[in-house]
Amino acid sequence: MTTIAPGVVKTAQPKTAAGRVRKRLSGRVASLIAVVIALLWTTPTFGLFLSSFRPEDDIKQTGWWTFFANPQLTLENYREVLFGSSSSSGRLASFLINSVVITIPSVLFPLALATFAAYALSWTRFRGRDWVYIGIFALQVVPLQMALVPLLSFFSQGVEVFGVTLMPAWNLEGSAQFVQVWFAHTCFALPLGVFLIHNFMSELPGELMEAARVDGATHGTILRKVVLPLVAPALAAFGIFQFLWVWNDLLVALIFSGGTAETAPMTVRLAQMAGTRGNEWQRLTSGAFVSMIIPLIVFLSMQRYFVRGLLAGSVKG
Amino acid sequence: MDFFFDFAAEAPKLVQLLIGVVAFLAFVGLMLLLLDRAPMKERSWGHSLLLLGPALVLLAIGLVVPGIRTTLLSFMSGDSSQFVGLDNYVWMFTQPEAITVLRNTLIWVLLVPSLVTAIGLVYAVVVDKSRFESVAKSLVFLPMAISFVGAGIIWRFVYAYRPEEADQIGLLNQFVVWLGGEPQQWLQSAPTNTLFLIVVMVWIQAGFATVVLSAAIKGIPAEIVEAARLDGATPIQMFFRVTLPSIRPALVVVLVTQSIGTLKLFDIVRTMTGGQFDTSVIANEMYNQAFRYGEAGKGAALAVFLFVLVTPIVVYQIRSLRQRREA
Repeated sequence: MTTIAPGVVKTAQPKTAAGRVRKRLSGRVASLIAVVIALLWTTPTFGLFLSSFRPEDDIKQTGWWTFFANPQLTLENYREVLFGSSSSSGRLASFLINSVVITIPSVLFPLALATFAAYALSWTRFRGRDWVYIGIFALQVVPLQMALVPLLSFFSQGVEVFGVTLMPAWNLEGSAQFVQVWFAHTCFALPLGVFLIHNFMSELPGELMEAARVDGATHGTILRKVVLPLVAPALAAFGIFQFLWVWNDLLVALIFSGGTAETAPMTVRLAQMAGTRGNEWQRLTSGAFVSMIIPLIVFLSMQRYFVRGLLAGSVKG
Repeated sequence: MDFFFDFAAEAPKLVQLLIGVVAFLAFVGLMLLLLDRAPMKERSWGHSLLLLGPALVLLAIGLVVPGIRTTLLSFMSGDSSQFVGLDNYVWMFTQPEAITVLRNTLIWVLLVPSLVTAIGLVYAVVVDKSRFESVAKSLVFLPMAISFVGAGIIWRFVYAYRPEEADQIGLLNQFVVWLGGEPQQWLQSAPTNTLFLIVVMVWIQAGFATVVLSAAIKGIPAEIVEAARLDGATPIQMFFRVTLPSIRPALVVVLVTQSIGTLKLFDIVRTMTGGQFDTSVIANEMYNQAFRYGEAGKGAALAVFLFVLVTPIVVYQIRSLRQRREA
C-alpha cells in the first residue's frame, strides 16, 4: 500500500481564511478546466453533425457557427451520400450493408472460439497449460502488420510445402470474399478475447465446477449451464470491444475485402472519399455520421459493460 | 436527383451473412455435442484439445506462421525472389524518406501516451465527485466509439482551409482569423502537421485514460484521503502526494497500452494526409511499401521493426502477469 510522504503531515496548516479562499479558487479552476476540456472534446463532433444537415452551398461557403444566424436544414446530404446515383456520390447504403455483413460473424466467431479456449485454459487440466496461456497472451502484441502479407498469400495461393499442396488457393469471388475478412478478424481477435474471458472465467469458484462434476455433468453441460451465465458480462464486454474494432477497422478491410461496393465496409469508402474528394464536405460530413451512428448507439446502450471490460483488460493485465 | 439502390445487388451479401451465421451455429452445436459425448475424466487431453484446438489452429494460421514468414520476407528483395541480407534494414535506417518515417513515429510515441495520460488524469481529477461526473466522463469517452476514419474527417473539417479573402469554414482557421492572423494549411507544413495529427489521436484516446484513471482514483482507500485532509493537505499536495502515488499501476497501464496503440497507428495518417507532406509513420509506410509499391521486403522489414519496438513492452507485461499469478 502507498505510504504518505512525511511532508504532507508536516505541512499541516490551520484553517485560515486565506486557506479557504485558495480552496474555493482551486475549485473554480478545476471547474474551468473541466468545462474547457469538455468543450474541446465535443465541439468538433457537434460542428460536423450540424454541418451534415446544412445545404451544400452553405457548408462550402460559411462556417457552421454561422448557422445560428441563418438556420437552414436539409436531409439532402444524407439522401445523396446513401443513395445518390452519380458515381461520386458515395452510395454508402451498399457499404453500410457490407459493414453489417462483415461485423456480425466477425464478432460471433471470436466470441465462441475464445470462450471455448478460455474454458480449456481455466477448467481443464493438462501439462503446459500456463505456457499455452502466456503464449496466447503474448500474441496480443504481434502487430497486425506482421501478419498481413503472408495471410493474404495464404488466401490467394494456398499452402504448399516442398511442392506438395496442403491447401489449395481459396479463390473467393463476389460476396464469398466476406469469408476471408471474417477469417482475418477472427484470428486477430483471439489473443485479446481469450485473455479477457479467461480473466473472468478463472476467477469463478472451483467448488461450483466440482459440484457439477460430481453430479455427473460433462464439460459441455458445465460450460452451458454453469459457466456461461456467470461470464455473460465478460462476453458482453469482449463482444462490444470486437464490434467497435471490426466496425471501425480500416486496415484489415483495405487488404482483405477488395475495396469495391461488393464487399468493402464503410470505413474503406469514407477513406476513399476523404482522399479523392476531400472537399466535398456535404458528403463527408453526412457520410461520417452514417458510419458513426450504429457504434454510438451500441456504445451508449452498453457503456457499462464496455467500461467493465476495459478495466478488467487493462488494470488486471 | 435519382434514388439509387439496387436491391438485387445486395441480396447475395445477405445470403452470405446467413451462411456465416448458420456456420457459426453449426460450429457451436458440434462442439457442444462432442463435449457432451466425451466421457469425463480427471485429466483428459481430449477435452482440452477439442476446446483449445480451433483457437490454436487459427492463431497459428493467422499470427504465428505469418509472423515468421514476414520475418523471413524482410531479408528478401521487393518481389521476394532474392535473398538480400540486411539491405531492407539498411534502407530503413539510412534513406532520408525512411528516416523521416522513423522520426515521426518517435514523435508520436513520445507525445501521445504522455498527453493522453496527462489530460485523462487532469480531467478525471477535476470531475471527480462533481455533480455531472458521469455525463462529463461520457462526453470525453464518446470519441472511443468513433472510427479513426470518422475522427479523421471530423478533424480535417476543423483544420479546413479557405484563402484569406473567403469566409473560413474550419474552426481553427476561423479562430486564427478572429485573432487577427492568417489562415494556414495546417496539414501541409512539416513538421508541425504531425502535431496536428497527434491532436486527433489524443482526442480519441483521452477518454480511455479518463475512465481507467478515474476508476483507480475511486479505489484509493478513504482513510488515506481523510488522513491527508485532516492534516490540512491542499488540493495540490493531495494530488501529488496521495493521488499520484496511489494510482501508479493504473498510470503504467495507460502509458503501456497507449504506446502500443500509437506504434501501430495507421488509420489517422492514412485518412488525413495519406502519409504525404512528411507525415508518414511506420504502420502507414509499411502498408504503402508492401501493398502499393510492391516492395514486400521493405514492408516486412518495417513490420519486423514494429514488432521489435513492441516486444520489450510485452515482456514487461508478461512478467507482471506471472508475478500476479504466483502471488
